[in-house]
Amino acid sequence: MQKIFSRPKSLRDIPTHYCPGCGHGTVHRLIAEVVDELGIRERVIGIAPVGCAVIAYDYWDFDCSEAAHGRALAVATAIKRVRPQNIVFTYQGDGDLAAIGTNETIHAANRGENLTVIFINNAIYGMTGGQMAPTTLLGQKTATTPQGRDAKLQGWPLKISEMLAGLSGVKYVERTSLDSPQEIIKTKKAIKQAFVNQIEMTGFSLVEILSPCPTYWDMSPKEALDWIRNTMTKEFPLGRIK
Amino acid sequence: MTGNEAIAEGALQAGCRFYAGYPITPQNELTAYMAKHMPEKDGIFIQAESELAAINMVFGAAAAGERAMTSSSSPGISLKQEGISYIAGAELPAVIVNVMRGGPGLGNIWPAQSDYFQATRSGGHGDYHSIVLAPASVQEAYDIMPLAFELADKYRMPAMILADGMLGQMMEPIAVNSKIKTLSTIDYRLSTKKWALTGCKGRKPNIIKSFYMREGDLEKFNLVLQKKYKTIQQKEERWEDMFLDDAKIILVAYGTMARIAKSAVKRLREKGKKIGLIRPISLWPFPKQIFRRLAIGNRRLAFLVVEMSYGQMLEDVKLALNCKFPTEFLGRSGGGVPTEEEIIKYAENI
Repeated sequence: MQKIFSRPKSLRDIPTHYCPGCGHGTVHRLIAEVVDELGIRERVIGIAPVGCAVIAYDYWDFDCSEAAHGRALAVATAIKRVRPQNIVFTYQGDGDLAAIGTNETIHAANRGENLTVIFINNAIYGMTGGQMAPTTLLGQKTATTPQGRDAKLQGWPLKISEMLAGLSGVKYVERTSLDSPQEIIKTKKAIKQAFVNQIEMTGFSLVEILSPCPTYWDMSPKEALDWIRNTMTKEFPLGRIK
Repeated sequence: MTGNEAIAEGALQAGCRFYAGYPITPQNELTAYMAKHMPEKDGIFIQAESELAAINMVFGAAAAGERAMTSSSSPGISLKQEGISYIAGAELPAVIVNVMRGGPGLGNIWPAQSDYFQATRSGGHGDYHSIVLAPASVQEAYDIMPLAFELADKYRMPAMILADGMLGQMMEPIAVNSKIKTLSTIDYRLSTKKWALTGCKGRKPNIIKSFYMREGDLEKFNLVLQKKYKTIQQKEERWEDMFLDDAKIILVAYGTMARIAKSAVKRLREKGKKIGLIRPISLWPFPKQIFRRLAIGNRRLAFLVVEMSYGQMLEDVKLALNCKFPTEFLGRSGGGVPTEEEIIKYAENI
């Protein structure tokens, strides 16, 4: 009998700490599959964020570093400059990449650092208990927008991928989703492209992934996927941005 | 060469091959020197978008096994504190240069020694220390850099150079390579850094982190740090002293202030005053042993601490002496520098 499906070598065989229906585990696996398929496990270096994925390095089976909240792209910039032969990626949430780390994000992108960025947009702060993220939708209720996000008070959802696409140093930006198996396959393709770009030394690549957080969206896992499909993608349209 | 340039050249001679910084006066010559000369050594220079980015780039470069450094001045060093705490927590070797200026807040760009507490008491959050070295001349600013990198590598922790705007801007001739060759006792090549991130070829993955969530793990790790700090306190105290044998009054000063104090001591000696000097070179670990040695026996001594602050190192002197001797203080800050005449006048009245 032929074995056609197994755990990627780059993913450790341990249970994750993520809530039921969370998207992080799916994306961890997609990255591990891509790393295996590209044969780069022995030269990849991952940067874990501060946020729910803070211990991503416990799940991946390759070299990793932590970074202070928001500083993943500063850390990654230096590692890649020091070791250009290694493949360096950051894994960051919306708070990390688009709030506290906006400066590092924009400037690493603008310098055209030859890096791969996996950006998890779940429109919420998960680790700290469901507060407003820069990407929280208008009307969305969170711990810090109990009446729903109001543009007059909290501004609008930040479309950082569109902002970055305007920068000369940026090679590739794509927004994908985890709301269905088809979209997950597309997400994997985009992740692969972002790594291939780095291997081919073409410059800064970012994949924004719309990812479910059933716990802090106060939904069932299925409702969360439906919400991505029917509501979130209206604010954050899927597809290639650059 | 200015003190700022001497620090940069000393770092390059010490094998520093990564520098990231953000402009701030009075240390800009250091950044400019690195921009010009780092590429000649095939090293990496990055003008970062902020001090936060710069210190986190140093974190990354150190994690990748490179000898890495950043520099700034007081307000910028405040911004770097979070990163320094992470470097200490992740046990990474790195060198941070603070060319101190007046504070608090934006303060001014005149020389000061007001960041002594911040440098020697850890500065950022958590129970950690940085090794802190204070050069007092342009030559020493150059000579001390290999030592800073070696100590950082040896103990896998941040080492800080605490200079001030006067030393940074001062121009003096220096003898290149005067002490550097003899200092290189630690092999800092990547092959010795088994923990560095290089890709996991032929070994288990390396993880660089300062995060310990499981019950008891952080306490265990912090005890490892404390053990390391104890070793450093036992082995790495450094100071210079003058005329201690017959001195009745002992001046204590570091950095630029120590040079002025030294001139005052010489003039007072010419006048027949029994006066000596202790110049701490390592501020952390503070050179307690020389003070403790003086405190043994029945000698009657008085101390005069002189700083460009309102009394920060003063606390360490009192602690080292266990308050056994009267300890006077003369200090100015915010750009004011105690003069030779002020020191002489004060000392003559003790």
